[in-house]
Amino acid sequence: MKTSLIALAALFVALAGSAAQADPPFDPKDPKMAPYISGDKRSGYTFAEPETRAMQDDEFLNPASLWVEKGEALWTKPDGKANRSCSSCHGKAEDNMKGVGSVYPKYDIHAGTVINLEQRINMCREKHMAATPWKYESEPLLAMTTFVKMQSRGMPVQVQIDGPAVSYFENGRRFYYERRGMNDLACKHCHEDNWGNHVRTELLSQGMTNGFPTYRLKWQKLGSLHRRLAGCNEEIRAEPYPLGSREYVDLELYLAWRAQGLQVETPSVRK
Amino acid sequence: MGTSLPRAVLALALTVAVVGAADAAQRKKPADPSIWEPTRRAPLTEVKGDPVRGRVIVIKKGSCLTCHVMPIPEEADHGDIGPPLATVGSRYTPAELRMRVVDPKVLNPDTIMPSFYKSTLNRVAKGLEGTTFLEAQEVEDVVAYLSTLK
Ligand code: HEC
Ligand code: HEC
Repeated sequence: MKTSLIALAALFVALAGSAAQADPPFDPKDPKMAPYISGDKRSGYTFAEPETRAMQDDEFLNPASLWVEKGEALWTKPDGKANRSCSSCHGKAEDNMKGVGSVYPKYDIHAGTVINLEQRINMCREKHMAATPWKYESEPLLAMTTFVKMQSRGMPVQVQIDGPAVSYFENGRRFYYERRGMNDLACKHCHEDNWGNHVRTELLSQGMTNGFPTYRLKWQKLGSLHRRLAGCNEEIRAEPYPLGSREYVDLELYLAWRAQGLQVETPSVRK
Repeated sequence: MGTSLPRAVLALALTVAVVGAADAAQRKKPADPSIWEPTRRAPLTEVKGDPVRGRVIVIKKGSCLTCHVMPIPEEADHGDIGPPLATVGSRYTPAELRMRVVDPKVLNPDTIMPSFYKSTLNRVAKGLEGTTFLEAQEVEDVVAYLSTLK
């Protein structure tokens, strides 16, 4: 155990060292990169190390597959007072959940507000299964969100930002450009003005959201977009918002619009 | 730096315009534009800055290497977001350096560089509200260190 830990630590040092020397290779004309580019937009995949990309690409290497399997099992498991499962209403996820994850967050008439996929799943649990909602960032909610979103893999992100979604979208946009924290930074300072540059060793990406939920090597687990947003807030010593908050859902809608056209690649793997 | 003067003038005009629009209602007479004059930035404390301490602050608490390449060879991985600072002491007076460390938004409202001596920031993490990134004496130490970079 101890030796393997040391070996692991050595590996991390080696990885950190190699990351400092050169950026991961990226050639926009490489046909292998085409699925990860849309116009000027580049998925975080194109900023990742080749080893990390390989992990994402291979179903058996991708550590997020544990969550995918768990989500698949939960899909057909009856729960709540109604003793129904997701499949009782939706049948086969492969058929009926295709193209669902790629349009969230979205305005929901019953909720009367814009909700994200996690909240949609919990609405189903409460209304149709009479089950208690899963806690944000809990294993089952992460697993189910990943499983549902994955059914849209390869489809372009496509959210509605007009009509009833307008004010939520504008709220998200405002958040993106508003300075906060002791470091006095907005999202745009890192991900719009400075992608391709480095904060110390770290290569800044465009902060695209098409791969979430994502398996992060740093977390050693799968995590939601809201966890990432809180992390980016904390890094600049800003008070983060609660996961699942109005602020983060609105920001999620705005970020989905920024990623519009990129393909869903859930579950992605990132450093 | 050839571009710094016109840029400063432009930023000055912008700042005055923005400030003017924001609280024109309350203010009776217009602000004295010379408050933005870089050479007016007097030292923040009585105690002369210490360049040796300043170098340590630049590395640790100021985390300047996040964004700047600096002549600090023992530290790996200098960021490349801001300009290199190897000769910054020959390009600016201490007052001009102080202004850039205290609140660089005075010159470039859109800059990514943090304001190191400003306590009125938005949604600062709990426990840090009302404080500044660096203390006054630390700013003086950093300015003293930057002045040695020639
Ligand atoms: C001080 C710089 C900084 C700021 C400010 C910042 N981030 Fe990040 N962000 C990073 C770094 C570093 C990473 C990890 C490398 C990368 O993907 O850019 C990251 C990663 C991300 C990712 C993951 C991208 C992927 O492909 O998995 C998203 C999404 C993101 N940021 C969104 C945001 C949003 C939204 C904000 C504002 C609330 C924000 N960031 C503010 C530095 C920053
Ligand atoms: C998050 C990024 C960031 C950090 C951290 C940062 N800077 Fe900067 N700095 C910049 C950028 C970008 C500029 C270019 C001018 C601008 O954007 O207004 C700059 C400009 C400067 C300049 C003027 C240089 C010139 O050639 O005009 C000085 C001096 C300076 N920084 C000092 C510091 C010091 C000292 C620290 C730490 C206490 C620091 N900076 C931390 C991003 C940063």
